[in-house]
Amino acid sequence: MKKAAKKSLKARDGELASINRQLDILNGGIFADGELPYFKDKIAEIGHFPLRPQKLEILQINVGYMCNQVCEHCHVDAGPDRKEIMTKETMEQCLEVIRNTGAHTLDLTGGAPEMNPNFKWFVEEAAKAGIQDFIVRSNLTIIRANKKYYDLPEFFKKHNVHVVSSMPHYTRGKTDKQRGDGVFDKSIKALQELNAVGYGIPDSSLRLDLVYNPSGAFLPGDQAAMERDFKKALDEDFGIQFHNLFAITNLPISRFLDYLIASDNYEDYMYALVDAYNPAAVENVMCTNTISVSWDGWLYDCDFNQMLDLKVANKIKHIKDYNEDLLNDRNIVISQHCYGCTAGAGSSCQGTVA
Amino acid sequence: MANSYYDPADLRKFGKITEWSEELGTKFFDYYGKVFEEGALSAREKSLIALAVAHVVKCPYCIDAYTKDGLQRGITKEEMMEAVHAGAAIESGATLVHGVQMMNKYNKLSM
Repeated sequence: MKKAAKKSLKARDGELASINRQLDILNGGIFADGELPYFKDKIAEIGHFPLRPQKLEILQINVGYMCNQVCEHCHVDAGPDRKEIMTKETMEQCLEVIRNTGAHTLDLTGGAPEMNPNFKWFVEEAAKAGIQDFIVRSNLTIIRANKKYYDLPEFFKKHNVHVVSSMPHYTRGKTDKQRGDGVFDKSIKALQELNAVGYGIPDSSLRLDLVYNPSGAFLPGDQAAMERDFKKALDEDFGIQFHNLFAITNLPISRFLDYLIASDNYEDYMYALVDAYNPAAVENVMCTNTISVSWDGWLYDCDFNQMLDLKVANKIKHIKDYNEDLLNDRNIVISQHCYGCTAGAGSSCQGTVA
Repeated sequence: MANSYYDPADLRKFGKITEWSEELGTKFFDYYGKVFEEGALSAREKSLIALAVAHVVKCPYCIDAYTKDGLQRGITKEEMMEAVHAGAAIESGATLVHGVQMMNKYNKLSM
C-alpha cells in the first residue's frame, strides 16, 4: 500500500492521463479475448441495447476539475494542479438551461465546485430558478481549507442547497488512506459545522447526505447496513448526524483504474463487477435520467463518460445549443466501465438504483 | 494443469462445481446463500465468523473471499484480526484441553 499521490495523473504525465489508453484497456484484454462479455452484449440479452434515455430528471454540471484534495480513487483526476474551470460565460449558458429545464434536480460537482471563482454567484442565480432539489457535492474539507470558505454552511443554508459530501469511512485511518492525511479530522469538523446550522438533523429540510466509496479494490456493501454503521459510529464518536448514505461503486477509470493496474487488482475487479451484474439495475441506471455538462460546456451521458470524453451521440453536443427534446432522442454511449453502475444493487450519484 | 494445488483464479470458478452435479451443487449454493443472509445474527457478524473459520480450516480461498467481504461491509482490520484470534484461541484451546486427557492417563499409570 502506498501513500496518496500529491499530484493529478495529468500533472504527473501518467500513462493513464491519456483517455485513449484508458479506453484501450477497457475495450481490450479480458474483454477482447472473450474471457468476459462486453457490456453491450450483456444488456442486449435483456433487450436494452442500444441503451436509451427515459425522462430527464437530473442536470449535473461540473464547474471545474480544480480541487484542494488529490484522492487516490478520483475518477475526475482532480487536484490543485487542474486548471479546467468553468467560465462565467459558460455558466450563463447553463443558467439559461436551468431556467427552462424539465429536470427536478440540479447537481453541481467538480473538483471542489466551491473553488470556481464564480461559484457563489452561480449558486445564487441558479437558486432563483426554483429547482426542486439543488445539490452541491462538497468534499467537506474545503469548508475548513481557507477563511474565505468558512461561511459556506450559512451560504448553503441561505440558498436551501442540498449538501452531498464524500466520507469513505467513519474511521480516521481508512479515510486518510484514500483522501490524504488530515482529511478525516477536517471532514468531521466540517460536518459538525453543517450540523450546527441545521444540516442533517432528523426532520430538518436542510439535507445532508454522505457518499461512501470503497477505499480499495472491492465493491460497496449493502447501503442500508453501511448507513446504520455510519450513523451509529459518527453519532457516538462525534455527535454528528446526517440523513442518508449513498454507497457508490468506484468505476474503473482515471486514477482508480491507475490504482487497480498498479496494485495488480484490475482483472479481479472487472470479474467482480461482471459477476455482480444485476439486470434490474440496468432499468434505472443513472445515464437514463441524467445529462452531464463539463466545465467547457460539452454534454455527456454521465460524469464518467465526461472523464473519458465520450460526448453524447446526438447532434446537440454543447450547452450553447441545448434542446432537451432533441437531446433525449439519443443512444447512450457505453463501454466496460458501465459495469460499475450495474453491479449489485446498482450505483449512481444518488446511491443504489435497484 | 497448474504446478501448485492452489490458484487464486480458481475461486472465481467455484460456481462451476454445479456443472458436474447440478442438483447437489444448486442445493449447496442455495443453502450457502441463505446462511449468510440477515437473520438472528447480522450478515456482518456472520462474515466475521466465516473469516475466523476460514483461518481455522486454513482455506486460502475462504480467507481471500471473507477478507474482501469484510472490506465491503466496512469491517475494520482490527475487528478482522480479533475474529482471527477468536478462531485461533478455540483451535489452541482444543489442543490444550486434551492436556487433561494426558494428565488423566499420566495419573492413572503412575503410582
